[in-house]
Amino acid sequence: MTDITAQVDVLPGLDPRAPLLHVEDLNVEFRTRDGVARAVNGVNLWLNPGETLAVLGESGCGKSVTAQAIMGILDTPPAHVTGGRVLYRGVDLLQLPESERRKVRANRIAMIFQDALSALNPVYTVGFQLGELFRVHRGTSRREAKRRAAELLDQVRIPDARRRVDDYPHEFSGGMRQRVMIAMALALDPEVLIADEPTTALDVTVQAQIMNLLAELQRERNMGLMLITHDMGVVADVADRIAVMYAGKVVEEAPVYDIYAHPAHAYTKALLESIPRLDLKGRPLNVIRGLPPALTDIPSGCAFHPRCAYAREICRLEPPPAYQIAPQRVTSCHFVREVLGV
Amino acid sequence: MSDVVLETRGLTKHFKIRKGAVRAVDGVDIQLRRGETLGVVGESGCGKTTLAKLLVGLEKPTAGEIRVRGEDMVRLGGPALRRARRNIQMVLQDPYTSLNPRMTVGDIIGEPYDIHPDAVPRTGKARAVQELLDIVGLNPDHINRYPHQFSGGQRQRIGIARALALRPEIIVCDEPVSALDVSIQAQVINLLEGLQRELGLAYVFIAHDLSVVRHISDRVAVMYLGKIVETGNHAAIYEQPTHPYTQALLSAVPVPDPRLRGRRDHITLEGDVPSPADPPSGCRFRTRCWKAQPACADHEPLLEIRQRSPHPSACHYAEVRDVMRRF
Repeated sequence: MTDITAQVDVLPGLDPRAPLLHVEDLNVEFRTRDGVARAVNGVNLWLNPGETLAVLGESGCGKSVTAQAIMGILDTPPAHVTGGRVLYRGVDLLQLPESERRKVRANRIAMIFQDALSALNPVYTVGFQLGELFRVHRGTSRREAKRRAAELLDQVRIPDARRRVDDYPHEFSGGMRQRVMIAMALALDPEVLIADEPTTALDVTVQAQIMNLLAELQRERNMGLMLITHDMGVVADVADRIAVMYAGKVVEEAPVYDIYAHPAHAYTKALLESIPRLDLKGRPLNVIRGLPPALTDIPSGCAFHPRCAYAREICRLEPPPAYQIAPQRVTSCHFVREVLGV
Repeated sequence: MSDVVLETRGLTKHFKIRKGAVRAVDGVDIQLRRGETLGVVGESGCGKTTLAKLLVGLEKPTAGEIRVRGEDMVRLGGPALRRARRNIQMVLQDPYTSLNPRMTVGDIIGEPYDIHPDAVPRTGKARAVQELLDIVGLNPDHINRYPHQFSGGQRQRIGIARALALRPEIIVCDEPVSALDVSIQAQVINLLEGLQRELGLAYVFIAHDLSVVRHISDRVAVMYLGKIVETGNHAAIYEQPTHPYTQALLSAVPVPDPRLRGRRDHITLEGDVPSPADPPSGCRFRTRCWKAQPACADHEPLLEIRQRSPHPSACHYAEVRDVMRRF
């Protein structure tokens, strides 16, 4: 049988030496009846092969919208990408026609979602849905596609894969379904995997299994992994670098060890301090006062200032610039020295 | 003991299905003292939510007793049951679906007074609701607003105010903070702890987040497939767990400290939780347990103090293993 994997479509302008993924000044807004919600306001991110970047933030910070913009799966309308570039190996994905972008999805950049049950089609077997990738993107025959689907299920350690390929999504447990999603994302051997809260719906023991599996597969394939999460425990376990988002911006970016030891943004610091820790037992937890802002009405200056313990006049008036405080460390906080305690 | 406010004995709930029954809660004994917090942890399907529903009377037990201040709620009926129920209230997980969107906050928090008219304080219903709003840190002037005008954290405060309306001694909290963002979680946990101190409340705190449970609990019960497998004070469970399931559960919790990466004692369990409709014979955990011996299939281990377990543990081979070292 001929090797069909060689049929990957060629992208015009692709430079294999260019950075794997580079998001530059991305802006996304949602135009709704209640006004314009500015979900993403100038996000900058980069990702290298074999690296795990955690995008950390609370609900509504724009982390999922950023991922969806990279994938090109935003619902337009109401969402509109109003500026910026998403460079994959030097090609700006935002400028590609939809027909070209389709070839990028799954082939080059793939994504897994939080809720595997609603991401899978309940009326087709998982083997059919997995095989579809090979049939549509590679022109494989049905029989061959099914054989490969079984192979993939085996790679994500689903026991008895040859038989289970004919099962429907509801016949799998939550953890097994997430494995099916991972198999689907990895089917065409992408260079970038975006995982949007992949274990949030799972129990801790199953979460550990899935994170281990992701880490292993990433190592084998030297994939870049963008992990979108709100869980600071998961991040500490797997990430190389972290980008912390607040109100549609990356407010701090740093290698994982540095950020936990010495957070350089008031928000990051407050977030870390609000997790229950052993030495805080019997005492009140540190809280971040107030609420995250409405995206239709983002505060002036630094968006975090109404909730910030360090805030002063300048924070209300001027958006803080991105300070490079060390190699690979960027923070947007006017009082970075005070936050760091130096 | 007079300070025991809640006690269950052999509490059991089986849901009949076509073939046999789902044994959701299968012989649970708990004790709760005044002003104390009992944390209940376990994974989905372990029966912790069914336990919560049984405690507040939303499900009828198949067998067993639920004693509130010594009176068995299961055997009570009519006015006596209504009166007893006042003493045990509940806070639900999802503040978005547990508040009726068409009722004002005042009506939601005041609804318990409609059901128990003799419980309305002398100052009147509206006044009482405003006091409750104030107690949970909301603006008393917002009594006529609707749930959608509040954020998730504020809605959970509304749910807490509703639970407080009848001045119960016991509140069952079923995953009260898991739907909330980290920065908001801390606010609600602090509120619950403050209310406990001021009002002497006892909590049954059900959650899957082990660090939250450790923070708030005096004692902890670990559930697996409808049974409590280990119980003890928080230090015993977190620092000296003796049941293999507790050990696996604790070791799987991601710790927010990257320095511990690769240096922690990781126990990865194989496979999924078996179906509660057809639990394994003997010890229910044996199908996923690395210590299982043939005897585990034949003899069900009782939840008791053992030679190598200073607190009750339902494992024939219970033994301390500190999986949280340096955490």
